[in-house]
Amino acid sequence: NMSPTQWDFPAELCCRPMAFVALTGLDVTYNAVHRAIWDAFCVNRRADRVPISFKVLPGDHEYPKCRTKRTSYEWYIPKGILKTGWMNKHLNLVPALVVVFYELDWDEAQWKEKQSECATKVEIVRQTLQGRNTKVAVVLIQKKTPLPPVSIGEDVIASERAAALCNACDLSGKSLFVLPHTDHLVGYIIRLENAFYEHAQTYYYTEIRRVKSHKEFLNKTTHQLLFVRHQFKIAFFSELKQDTQNALKNYRAAYNLVHELRAHETNILEIKTMAGFINYKICRLCFQHNTPLDAIAQFRKHIDLCKKKIGSAELAFEHAAWMSKQFQAFGDLFDEEQAAYYAQERKQLAILLCSHESSVAYPSPDPLETPTGVLDFYGQRPWRQGILSFDLSDPEKEKAGILALQLKEREVPHSELIIALLSNAVAQFKKYKCPRMKSHLMVQMGEEYYHAKDYTKALKLLDYVMCDYRSERWWTLLTSILTTALKCSYLMAQVKDYITYSLELLGRALASTLKDDQKSRIEKNLIKVLMNESPDPEPDTDPTAVKTAQKLWADRISLAGSNVFTIEVQDYIPFVQCKARFQSPSFHVDAPVELHVYLKPDCPHPIRFSKLCINFNNQEYNQYCVVEEAYQSNNILEQSTQGTLCLVPGKTRKFSFKFVAKTEDVGKKIEITAVDLILDSDTGRCVVLNWRGGGGDAASSQEALQATRSFRRRPKLPESEVDWESIAIQASTMVISRVPKMSVQLRHEPPALTNEMYCLVVTVKSLEDTVAKDVWLTAGLKPGQDANLTQTTHVTLNGTEICDDSHPALLPDIPIGDLQPGEKVEKPLYVRCGTVGTRIFLVHVAYAVNTVVEDQEVVCKCHKDEVITIETVVPFDVTVKFITTKFEHLDRVYAEIPFLLMIDILSASPWALTILTSQLKLAPSMVAVDQVDSQVEKVILQTGESASECFCLQCPPVPDGQNGVASGLYIISWKRSSAAESAPLVNTVITLPHVIVETIPLHVHADLPSFGRVRESLPVKYNLQNKTSLVQDVEISVEPSDAFMFSGLKQIRLRILPGTEQEMLYNFYPLMAGYQQLPSLSINLLRFPNFSSQLLRRFLPTRIFVKPQGRQPDEASIEAA
Amino acid sequence: MKMREGGLFLSLICFEVISKSVLLFWLFQNYPLYIKSVATENELKFHYTVHTSLDVVDEKISAMGKALVDQRELYLGLLYPTEDYKVYGYVTNSKVKFVMVVDSSNTALRDNEIRSVSISAGYRRCFYIAV
Repeated sequence: NMSPTQWDFPAELCCRPMAFVALTGLDVTYNAVHRAIWDAFCVNRRADRVPISFKVLPGDHEYPKCRTKRTSYEWYIPKGILKTGWMNKHLNLVPALVVVFYELDWDEAQWKEKQSECATKVEIVRQTLQGRNTKVAVVLIQKKTPLPPVSIGEDVIASERAAALCNACDLSGKSLFVLPHTDHLVGYIIRLENAFYEHAQTYYYTEIRRVKSHKEFLNKTTHQLLFVRHQFKIAFFSELKQDTQNALKNYRAAYNLVHELRAHETNILEIKTMAGFINYKICRLCFQHNTPLDAIAQFRKHIDLCKKKIGSAELAFEHAAWMSKQFQAFGDLFDEEQAAYYAQERKQLAILLCSHESSVAYPSPDPLETPTGVLDFYGQRPWRQGILSFDLSDPEKEKAGILALQLKEREVPHSELIIALLSNAVAQFKKYKCPRMKSHLMVQMGEEYYHAKDYTKALKLLDYVMCDYRSERWWTLLTSILTTALKCSYLMAQVKDYITYSLELLGRALASTLKDDQKSRIEKNLIKVLMNESPDPEPDTDPTAVKTAQKLWADRISLAGSNVFTIEVQDYIPFVQCKARFQSPSFHVDAPVELHVYLKPDCPHPIRFSKLCINFNNQEYNQYCVVEEAYQSNNILEQSTQGTLCLVPGKTRKFSFKFVAKTEDVGKKIEITAVDLILDSDTGRCVVLNWRGGGGDAASSQEALQATRSFRRRPKLPESEVDWESIAIQASTMVISRVPKMSVQLRHEPPALTNEMYCLVVTVKSLEDTVAKDVWLTAGLKPGQDANLTQTTHVTLNGTEICDDSHPALLPDIPIGDLQPGEKVEKPLYVRCGTVGTRIFLVHVAYAVNTVVEDQEVVCKCHKDEVITIETVVPFDVTVKFITTKFEHLDRVYAEIPFLLMIDILSASPWALTILTSQLKLAPSMVAVDQVDSQVEKVILQTGESASECFCLQCPPVPDGQNGVASGLYIISWKRSSAAESAPLVNTVITLPHVIVETIPLHVHADLPSFGRVRESLPVKYNLQNKTSLVQDVEISVEPSDAFMFSGLKQIRLRILPGTEQEMLYNFYPLMAGYQQLPSLSINLLRFPNFSSQLLRRFLPTRIFVKPQGRQPDEASIEAA
Repeated sequence: MKMREGGLFLSLICFEVISKSVLLFWLFQNYPLYIKSVATENELKFHYTVHTSLDVVDEKISAMGKALVDQRELYLGLLYPTEDYKVYGYVTNSKVKFVMVVDSSNTALRDNEIRSVSISAGYRRCFYIAV
């Protein structure tokens, strides 16, 4: 009875109580009919069936004897609260109802005999139940189907015999049932069991009444225990009766009564046991009633009331076990973690109380043995059952009992229990997203595994949560975890883990959480491991486990190979801090790359490392950054500050490195990929502390952040010392090319003019001290600009002719050769820009020069870039106009009627331009009236000046529907006036605008002198041409003018044949001098009524200049002269 | 430095007020900044208690939503009652947390008293950290 499960609640407590009904007279083994009846009772019982627990019992089954009823309680003293067998008795042994099955049909021939046999069976049952209130019922199994209800009255025999049978058996009519054995068996059975259920409820009701009736006999002094017992029984019977409300009420009452009991060390276990039982019942019923809050409140109350009731100090582990059980039983709904917590406490107490010397023997005779093998009352001690006195009559027996319990407790697999509870809780917290609770539980599990000596699992769990505590910087907690982990790794002789945990425990983060002697011990052990020796065992470790561990360590020592342990420290906070920094974010290739590595140990003792090396992305450099120091291994901890790699705690040590970058790394980054600090011993073990990048570990970024946030002033340090916090890691640097010593100058006359060969003179002068070799020039449009610019920009070295589009925009690799110091080279370049706009030009000079860096001859490639922005503008603004021969503006021209093309050339260039010639290339739709030779040959235009030329043209008739015709091209050939003779001519081509051509039916023009003279006849000839293929009737009239008299036809109507012309002759006689209005000719075309004479007037002069009358040379005056 | 001493002084007054408080924690985000422990025995257990109570702090803050977080201060109240101790929490908008562990049996302590103490202590402590 002292098994590890002694604290488990008994099954009869945890089950749902159901009315117990015994079925007798059924032979379920050999009788098929009986078997079918039994199956109908118990197979596939669904939830809607009444809650009855059935049992088939023989007719002469002996039920538990009923003790003679007590008539007085006066002299009765109870020996305990609740007998251990009581619940089971009422659940499984004492039925509420015994049913006697009997095969008997109403028309049975031998009725009399059968009836008395049945009565005998009933009597036997009654006798075994003597003194109990258990009901008895009889079920007659009949082969015949009962008659329908209408005929019942006719079945006189049936009712007579039923009455007789009841009489014979001393049964009420309600207790006699008929079960026809037909197809509808289950239906009949359900009706039967409902009837049974009613009987059972009556039974439990009477039981409750019976228990209650005892109350009046009880007194508070001697019967305290009975108050609890009776209340519990009433509640339990209520449950059996399925009256859960009353059950709950009575359990609550019982619970209060339990706590009213006088508690003493001797009976505290019994009180707690009963309180636990009742609490369980209450909580269970609360959940069943769907009032979980009531359950929780009850549970809280229960724990508060009981947690201080520890009882015997020597058996305190029992209390913890009991507490654990309380939580565990409630666990699914409440708080598994607490169950685990108490399980842990139980273990702690067990260790404290039960660690007897091995010589202590288990007491004999076994005080835990009882004559029956079980206890009479719940929660009593086996060696003093039923003794209520608080005085211990037999202290020796008591001592033996306690010792027996303690020794038994030692055998309990505490850790297993704890781990099981914890892992349940972990799952729960995982579900409810409580990461820290989960972590905490995992720590506890890990520690429990450690205690259970399952170090692999312990380490796995601890290792899993370490980084959570590390990242949240809970150092005290991390220290505690690491301490356990260190023990595990020691006990398993896991060298690498041992080293890792040691160096983190020595690290700065955890330094304050450990005592100096602890740190000292850890460091010494670490050194021992390095020297291939066994470390000292960790304190508080199991001696037998230590023995195994020592053997394992010895094996490790003899094992050769795989003795290099690389520890990637960025995941830890090791006892050395490292920061590496390039002295500059970039270095010129002709200067050495400088690099400092700072190391600062936090361990208690100075420590010697054997090697420091730095790894770069270009491994070529690795060889230049190594510090190595050979020494005897037993000197690792020696207080010698002489060695360069001997680091003193708290002091920052700086290591400087210098190396020359490879010329091929120009333009690339040099990155520190890792810093390795090596603890080595000549005995073969080697630990590599590996910092990824330029140093830093799991805590350093946060520290740096805190340092920047902090307003605290940094302590002033002596010159020689470095403030650790102010050192920033610089893990990469850029190699950049040497600063060129070369001057590049550009000479030119901006802006560039469209399409000209723009001259850009590049002067390269070496300022180097030695020969600049292989000078190359690359010049042209700077790459990366608009693609259109690339297509319209062309660069060439030949300036004597206009280059075509095949020339590139950027002219690469123009060889210059070598340049002596001070030597200068001039290179003219010619650029043709086809479009206006802004262009950026690049002149790139590349060369090589020999220099000496750190006594090392290096060929440095240098280059110098010069960038220039050049604007391109048009040389001329050219405007083209169509005008009439009268110089009037024309928005359209008329077929076969001459007009003028006027071209104005305005110089837009800031420089003087020389127009050598111009050329008019007419389209086929245009015809020159006379010559089209250039009129602007060799004209020089200064800025803002303009030149014009004019051509007389006419258009042949155009087909109908086509009104716009091309005019042709105008080409200006020019160059800068300043340009050399050899400079090519630039042709600027202007496309002349399209013009609308119209045909008119009649053309008229006048022939008249360029001027008139007062009172001198002015002959005027009007010429009218019919441009149509029709005969035209024309009305002509001349409107007089004040300034003229005239002769000729004033009004006429004439007819002009197709294609012919008609002349009209007039003599005008000017009367006044000056610009005078000519008499106007009004023409009316009868065939074209819409044709306006206004249009025709445009072709005719409207005014003429009339000179005054010339004074005749006075003959007299001549003579006088 | 004066402010720093003042902070400590005030926190000591708090200790007199809450004579039965076991442990005071100031945290920035979730890092412990300052720990003042009255209990000498089983201190580790309290550290675990405070650490795990941060789960509740996180949950409470996220449950309150952004609007409330933006307010000047957040008294979180009772984080969770363990068997023997009660854990209270308080958060400032500068993410400084203040966690206090009080003996469960100390029923004389009222919620609003704890609130006022934690607020004043929390502010002084912020000041101290800033200085």
